Amino acid sequence: MRVTVRLFARLRDIAGTGELMREAPAGANVASVWSSLVTDFPELSAYEKSISCAVNADYSRFTAAVSDGDEIAFLPPVSGG
Amino acid sequence: MIPATLITAAPLDHARLVAALDTSGIGAVAAFLGLVRDHNKGRKVLHLEYEAYEPLALRGLDLIVAEAREKWPAVRLAIHHRIGRMEIGEASVAIAAASPHRADAFAASRYAIERIKQIVPIWKHEYFEGGDVWIEGATADPDNAKAREEALRIACA
Repeated sequence: MRVTVRLFARLRDIAGTGELMREAPAGANVASVWSSLVTDFPELSAYEKSISCAVNADYSRFTAAVSDGDEIAFLPPVSGG
Repeated sequence: MIPATLITAAPLDHARLVAALDTSGIGAVAAFLGLVRDHNKGRKVLHLEYEAYEPLALRGLDLIVAEAREKWPAVRLAIHHRIGRMEIGEASVAIAAASPHRADAFAASRYAIERIKQIVPIWKHEYFEGGDVWIEGATADPDNAKAREEALRIACA
């Protein structure tokens, strides 16, 4: 299946893009999508402990299963206000 | 009609924000503006660029309004956050809390800004004299009960 990955702030700088199409195997979850990204962009691993995630523009968990066509967003620590 | 929650690239207008609130039965409006400061951690700040994951940021603001309503049922809250480039002194966030009495209006507006900093997917890119850096604050997790309690504690202090 194919999912869209969205990256923001420093994560976007590291990957060089804010939006990627990724292939994910059946049974993939948010954590496995992240792991495959880290393989391609090792600098992302620094964010392992501090990121949170969203699926289809709603707050989610790394254990959440992903489906074909999902938009998975990885959020570095936020700094609004 | 002016929405109670908004992510916008346009300059913030506090009067419009207050106008978004129904003030029937209201005795107090607490208005908060967050501004771009000219210094941060010993650096001379030149300007900021704010980025958001817009649909989720809006959802986050709506969630804060709902949380505030749960704690202060009579309070009406409006929150507008600006994104894009902002110069020193410009407003990046505007909050208005209307309440029958002032104590809850102050508390709810303080709660809102604390929660924005905890859970809303917005990021500051700071351009300072000598470089630039993404500011990284809190891991955004609305279900983190400890963080929410901390925001409530600060709001009610």
